[in-house]
Parts: sequence; structure tokens; C-alpha cells
Amino acid sequence: MRNLMKWGAAAVVVAGCSTIAGLAQAADPIKIGSILSVTGPASFLGEPEKKTLEMYVERINKEGGVQGRKIELVVYDDGGAGEKASTFTKRLIESDKVDLLIGGSTTATTMAAVPLAERNEVPFISLAGAVVIVEPVKKWVFKTPHTDKMAAEKVFSDMKKRGITKIGMISEDAGFGKSGHDQSLAVVKSFGIEVVADEIYSPKDPDVTAQLTKIKNAPGVQAVFNFGFGQGPAIVTKNFKQLGIALPLYQSHGVASKDFIKLAGDAAEGIRLPAAGQVVPEQLPASDPQKPVVTAFKKDYEAAFKSDVSTFAGHAYDGLQIALAAINRAKSTDKAKVRDEIEKTSGYVGTGGLVSMSATDHMGLSPSAFHMLEIRKGDWVLID
Amino acid sequence: MFAAFLQYLFSGLTSGAIYALAGLGFAIIYNASHVINFAQGEFIMIGGMATATMVAAGVPIYLAIPLAMAASMLVGVAMEKFAIEPARNADVVTIIIITIGASIFMRGAAQLIWDKEFHSLPAFSGETPIAVMGATLMPQSLWVFGISAVAIALLWYFFNRTMFGKAMLGTSHNRLAAQLVGVAVKRVLLASFALSALLGAVGGIVVTPITFTNYEAGIMLGLKGFSAAVLGGLGNGTGAIIGGLIVGIAEAMASGYLSSAYKDAIAFIIILFVLFFMPSGLFGKRGTDRV
Repeated sequence: MRNLMKWGAAAVVVAGCSTIAGLAQAADPIKIGSILSVTGPASFLGEPEKKTLEMYVERINKEGGVQGRKIELVVYDDGGAGEKASTFTKRLIESDKVDLLIGGSTTATTMAAVPLAERNEVPFISLAGAVVIVEPVKKWVFKTPHTDKMAAEKVFSDMKKRGITKIGMISEDAGFGKSGHDQSLAVVKSFGIEVVADEIYSPKDPDVTAQLTKIKNAPGVQAVFNFGFGQGPAIVTKNFKQLGIALPLYQSHGVASKDFIKLAGDAAEGIRLPAAGQVVPEQLPASDPQKPVVTAFKKDYEAAFKSDVSTFAGHAYDGLQIALAAINRAKSTDKAKVRDEIEKTSGYVGTGGLVSMSATDHMGLSPSAFHMLEIRKGDWVLID
Repeated sequence: MFAAFLQYLFSGLTSGAIYALAGLGFAIIYNASHVINFAQGEFIMIGGMATATMVAAGVPIYLAIPLAMAASMLVGVAMEKFAIEPARNADVVTIIIITIGASIFMRGAAQLIWDKEFHSLPAFSGETPIAVMGATLMPQSLWVFGISAVAIALLWYFFNRTMFGKAMLGTSHNRLAAQLVGVAVKRVLLASFALSALLGAVGGIVVTPITFTNYEAGIMLGLKGFSAAVLGGLGNGTGAIIGGLIVGIAEAMASGYLSSAYKDAIAFIIILFVLFFMPSGLFGKRGTDRV
């Protein structure tokens, strides 16, 4: 009898404990893990992304969190290295036990993390550019930024409108520029445009006049398109002016920051490029659904960090919003449910554009996500 | 046809002069200590970054340039004092590895002190291209040629006509013998780092209007400068200049007449070819036999 009572008491205690544990469970934070290239060559992507995530997580926590739960953000800096990204992703999944992954500032770091997210069945929203991340569709992987393919299509449709049929291409021979170059060649024919010269340069070449002279002398060339980011496109732009080439010059969305205009100076005048609405919030028409979102984000970011907002910061903002909305709808952090809800994201208005995902489209951006800009008097002018 | 050739040549001379100027710094430290200073590219970066950020902050350029040069020399001296000197009994390879560490440290420090953005400087004498028989050249490229020429003349004078320069050469040849005839070996090493930091800074300042600069700019310039110095024969200033011009012109000609895809490969093939048949570079023999 005494034994029985003892057991009974024990059972009550155990039951009590597990109830308390259950309550504690409900108040557990939502854990979001992030691998970002905060330092290293891609730090201009990772740094604003990290700042954005931290700022909004703090704000949301102050307002009471999501589903009554606080958000806990774990960020690791991969320095732009794929193998580090892979190690940190493993750590996030196995020891930090995160509910969801946001990050991968570059395509390389993202692709290093993809197999781990897939194998461990963790929802993963990437902040990197290349098409390979979502094509072919991977069950657990999504992404927020536009692809280089969309940028190329935007540029070629603008060329088509101007009656341009023969172009010269000059591309940076690394990561972003290389992928953009390949995507451009894949879609250019469907616009009835022929590439009559196809030259490349290394990201840190001090002079590309030799390549541009070759393009200039290519028979029938009507416009030049450069795919790259960083100092390269600014050098291309300056050399273009030095040679006095009287053709339209197009750049990719890789130069859609004020720094580019500052570097290239007067030579940037008249250049056209595709860019997200985030670059020109003031110039968007009032009817544009993106206008309030990008205006508010720009204001928040610039007030908090005293530096110009970039589209990269916007990618992180969109990733976080999409993830939290999905957790809200799923009413839990059950990984499979959250994944399903991310896939059902529909009509989300983000800094990158309107997002409607589906089982076959894990990016969900509409073509309206890109606008055509022209640089006039050292500033962006929205032309389309 | 000729206009295109001339343009390729100008393109090559512009890049080549930049590589050459970067290569000169390697020559000085090698002359003084037989050490290859892999932080040379970082001196170039510090010169460019310091000037660009000061000019952006409103300091007049004629004041910013000497300040940046002084800052680089200070960094060069500090590097010698705190990283090289404590290891003076180590062998040359160890010291070379220390310079690699110092370069990584400087890159990290630059990232913290300044930022990660690209910076530019206005060209010294405008941006109106000079037209020569259908090809064009930027005035800033002429500045790079001119400064390289002045630097090489001054170095020649320094190493061949001044006591201190000769003492430096003597130290590199035989440290003990130099010490016995009364050369202050420690001071020679210190001076060689200060001098090459100064030269790097000058290079960084004149090339920034062409190439822009950021905290990582030293990596590429250091690498190309090293190739130039090796091609010319380590320790030989004229050799470094000629080596740089060869690499630059080879790249431009390859881009123009073959394909830009082969540009980097051609430059390396030339370097390998020269080193294969002339293991001490184009002017190497003369350089080491001088003392």
C-alpha cells in the first residue's frame, strides 16, 4: 500500500513536471538560424542582411513575438566560403536545433547549405541570386532575390523596344557575372537579338579598353551589355567613355547602388539597367503596391543604420517576413507544416516585388519585379 | 587596324605600368633582406585608401597625399619593428610567412578602420582622353608612367650612389660582413621597410583614379606586382618595371587578337616560359652580382 502511494505520488510529480514542461514548450522561442557572408568579399551582401534581420527580430520581439513566442536569431558568418557555410549549417541544424534557415548571401554558400537542409528537412529561404537555387525545384529550398535570368530578360526587352538587334557583351569572369552571362546567352535569341561580340574580364582588371575596342570594331554592333558587380562595371563604364563609343551601354542589376554612380562619375550618364523598386521608392507611381513597403523599409533601415538601403537588405527583410507569415499560418514551427505554408505564400508584397509561390515556383516573383532605370545627372530615373 | 593595335598597346601599357609600380616595392625589400614582402600589396592599398577617404572627408588632396604617405611609412616601420625584427634570427622562409600574416592583419585592420566599399580619387589632370592616331589614352596613365620612371631613377641613384643605399645592398649580400664594416644592420632593415611602404603608397595613390581601391585591392596588385618582379629578376628595379609592362601588354594583346578568355593564361605562360629558360628572370643575374 505504502509502495503504491509512493508510486502514485511519483506519477503525480512526473505528470506535473511534464505539464510544466509542456507550458515551457509553448513559450519556447522560435529559432531562426542564419548563415551570412558578413565578412569577406561578399560582405556588402551579408552585412546589411545581418543588420536587417537583427533589427526586425528585435522589433517583432518587442511587439510580443509571433504566436506568443519570442524569436531567437542565431547568425554565423561564413566569410563567403562554401565549406564554412556547410559547417555552420550543420551546427545550426544539429546543435542549435533551429526551426528554419534564412541566409546564404551568395549562390556558392547557399548551394553548400542546400543538401543539409534537404537531408534534414529544414525549411530554407536563400538570399542569393542564381537560378540554380530554385531550378530545378528543391522541396525545402526557397529564395527571395530576383534571378540574373530575369535581369537579362528585362534588358533584352528594353533593347527590343529600341529596335536593337545586334549587341556586344562584356562580362565579368567570376560568380555573378559568369552566371549572368550564361543566362543572357540562354534567353537572348528569344528576343531576336544576336550577340556579335562576347568578351570577358577578370573582376580586378585595371583596364578593359582592349576588350571594348574589339567589341567596338565588331560589325553591326548596336549596343553593349555588361554583366558584373563591384569595381569591374565602373572600369568598363569609364573605359567605354574613354574610347568614345557612341552606343547605348546597359549594365545589370549588379550595379544598382549609388556607389556605382559615385565611382563611375560622369561616364555613368545615360547607362540603363534593370533594378528593383527598392532602388527608387520615391519615383514609383502611387498606384504601385510596392511603394508603401519599399518606402517604409528604406526609412526604417536608413534611420537605424545611417547608411543607404540596398536591395540586399531587402532580400533579408522579405525572407524574414515570408518565414514568419508562414509560421503564423501554420500556428506552429512544425517543419513540414511551415514548409507547406511557405510554398503557399501568395500576394506577398515585398521589397523585391510581388511574391506568389507554388509547388513549381519557389521564388514566386512576377516580371514586374524589375524596373528599367537610366542614370541621368548622377541619379536614377525610372523609365519603365 | 593600326588604331586597334595602338589601343591594345595603350591598354597593356596602362595595366602594365600599374603592375610595374606594384613590382618595384618587392625589389627594394628583396635587395635589402632577401625577403619577399607579401604585404607589399597592402602598402599600395593603404596609400590609396587613406588618400581616398581623406579626400572624401574634405582634406585637400595636396595635404592628403603626404599624410597618406607618412601613414604608410609608419605602418611599414611598425611592421618591421613588431613582426620582422623579433624574428630576425629565423630563416628567410619564416620571415616571408610572417609577411603573409602581416598582410592578412593589415587587410582586416583596413576593413575595420575604413569600410568595405570601393573608393575613388579624382584623376590628377582631368579625364579628357588623349587621342593618338585613332586610339585614346587617359592622362592618369601618363602619371603612372611618369611616377614609375621617377621612382626607378631615384632608386638607381639611391642604391648606386649613396652610402646608405650601398649599405643596404651590402647587408643583403652578407649581413655579418656588413656588420663588421660598421653597417647598422637593424637600421637598414627598418629603412628598407619604410622605403618600400612609401613606394607602395605612392603607387596606390597614382593608380586609384584608374582602378579604384578597397580593403582587398592589395591582393591583386600584390600578386601582379610579384609576377612582374619575378619576371624581371627579383631585386632589380628596372627588371620589375619591364616585367610589369610585359605582363600588361601580353594580356592586352591576347584580349585583342585572341580572346579575352586566354588573357590571364597568356600572362602566366610568359612568366613560366621566362623562368624555365632564365630561372633568375630577365635581369636577375646582374642584380645578384652587383655587390
